[in-house]
Amino acid sequence: MGRLLETLNAYLQFPFVRYALIVGVLIALCASLLGVTLVLKRFSFIGDGLSHVAFGAMAVASVLQLSNQLLLVLPLTVLCAILLLRAGQNARIKGDAAIAMLSVAALAFGYLLLRLSPSTSANLSGDVCTTLFGSASFLTLSMQDVWFCVFLSAAVLGLFALFYNKLFAVTFDENFARAVGTRADVYNLLIAAVIAVIIVLGMKLVGSLLISALIIFPALSAMRVFRSFRAVTLFSAGLSVVCALLGLLLSLAAGTPVGATIVAADAAAFVICWLIGVFLRK
Amino acid sequence: MAQIVCNNVALGYDGSAIAEGVTFSVSAGDYLCIVGENGSGKTTLMKTLLHLQPPLSGSVTLGDGLRPGEIGYLPQQTLVQRDFPASVREIVLSGFQARAGLRPFYTRAEKQTAAAALDRLGVSDLARRSYRELSGGQQQRVLLARALCAAGKILLLDEPVSGLDPKVTAELYQAILELNREGVTILMISHDVAAAVRYASHILHIGRQVFFGTRDAYVQSEIGRQFLAREGGGA
Repeated sequence: MGRLLETLNAYLQFPFVRYALIVGVLIALCASLLGVTLVLKRFSFIGDGLSHVAFGAMAVASVLQLSNQLLLVLPLTVLCAILLLRAGQNARIKGDAAIAMLSVAALAFGYLLLRLSPSTSANLSGDVCTTLFGSASFLTLSMQDVWFCVFLSAAVLGLFALFYNKLFAVTFDENFARAVGTRADVYNLLIAAVIAVIIVLGMKLVGSLLISALIIFPALSAMRVFRSFRAVTLFSAGLSVVCALLGLLLSLAAGTPVGATIVAADAAAFVICWLIGVFLRK
Repeated sequence: MAQIVCNNVALGYDGSAIAEGVTFSVSAGDYLCIVGENGSGKTTLMKTLLHLQPPLSGSVTLGDGLRPGEIGYLPQQTLVQRDFPASVREIVLSGFQARAGLRPFYTRAEKQTAAAALDRLGVSDLARRSYRELSGGQQQRVLLARALCAAGKILLLDEPVSGLDPKVTAELYQAILELNREGVTILMISHDVAAAVRYASHILHIGRQVFFGTRDAYVQSEIGRQFLAREGGGA
């Protein structure tokens, strides 16, 4: 144990480790906030679907050799998020099927593009693995990356605080909200846009396959134990931050992959919360 | 002056009408039940009254100081709500959110009104409980309190007693009747014709034939007698 702490302490001397911790905590916090809404609206899989879209977009961006990939990835993901959340309401192809379709198609086309393109690097499977499962490049964040992340997280947190009551109303009972004159469509759009931003941010941390976990695990864990919307929201945010920190530190100390370690911490927390929930109900 | 006037309204989707020539008016303090067979356009009429869907033809006018968004609405319960983690207080307060505009919090006056609304429906002791742990009847009362917060003058109830057992149903009808006696206008979509003719002051029957009139006139009318004999279970 002492050795472990020593190693961690040594790591924390490096600025890039501290950057990674800041960014990791911020992303985990933002991801958990909308999780409650998405789980309750039966959109748990949207994170998965959208992150595959982001993967596809990233493939296009790297084939086009764009210097700043985010300029393409972010708008495309936001667009798909809006399409998916709208489709959930009244399309011929129902919400879950639409998400499944879009996500596998984007994944396949993204990989195809990377394979067929002459411009990609020699270590293709390594690159793909990185995008899917998060990367060690998470530890090579530049100052610019950190500020970008801080800025976007602040925007997400601000929007969430401002529209918390609206979000509750639209999640709990969209029909009622519409009937009393709330612009439910506008808020659904906002949710879609914010979730897309979070996913694109989160891909750096845990990769596109695991981002869903960051979004839904804290919400599901909190719902086992707490019974009011506010308590569930606050606890899931707190839990997410704790799990992200724990996962990051563990992965540093034990040399495990960052993304998978964080998700494992989230899953473990869920099991604990589930047991507490069972115990409380008795 | 009437709060809502529907003049020769045709209801339907994509240009094909389900019900035509729907004409009625609702004044303050009325208790109007909207009855009719399944698929007769009750739900569509409700959406039209809430300004969620325009009528195919005809007009819906609000009067007596009533503005769009001031109709308190009790929707049918959705699947999502069954295991929704929310306290009763949070839900009742959400009735104010359309009026709050961009203000991100609820005022003290709103919190007091919410508490009073719970009190009016006899469920103020549930304020701190979690919605998903309540019985069906308690949940409906909470949602009624929310509707009262959204609009104090007129309520539109969509099948409020569906899925409730007979005792709870009777109690909920009584609570609604008391609100009506306190001056709240009630519009209720109902399957339960027997209860409709017991409690309502006016009946609107829609379908191929349309009837609008007082409860007594409906019971006397040909369409009313037929429908009661068929659906009313001899009540």
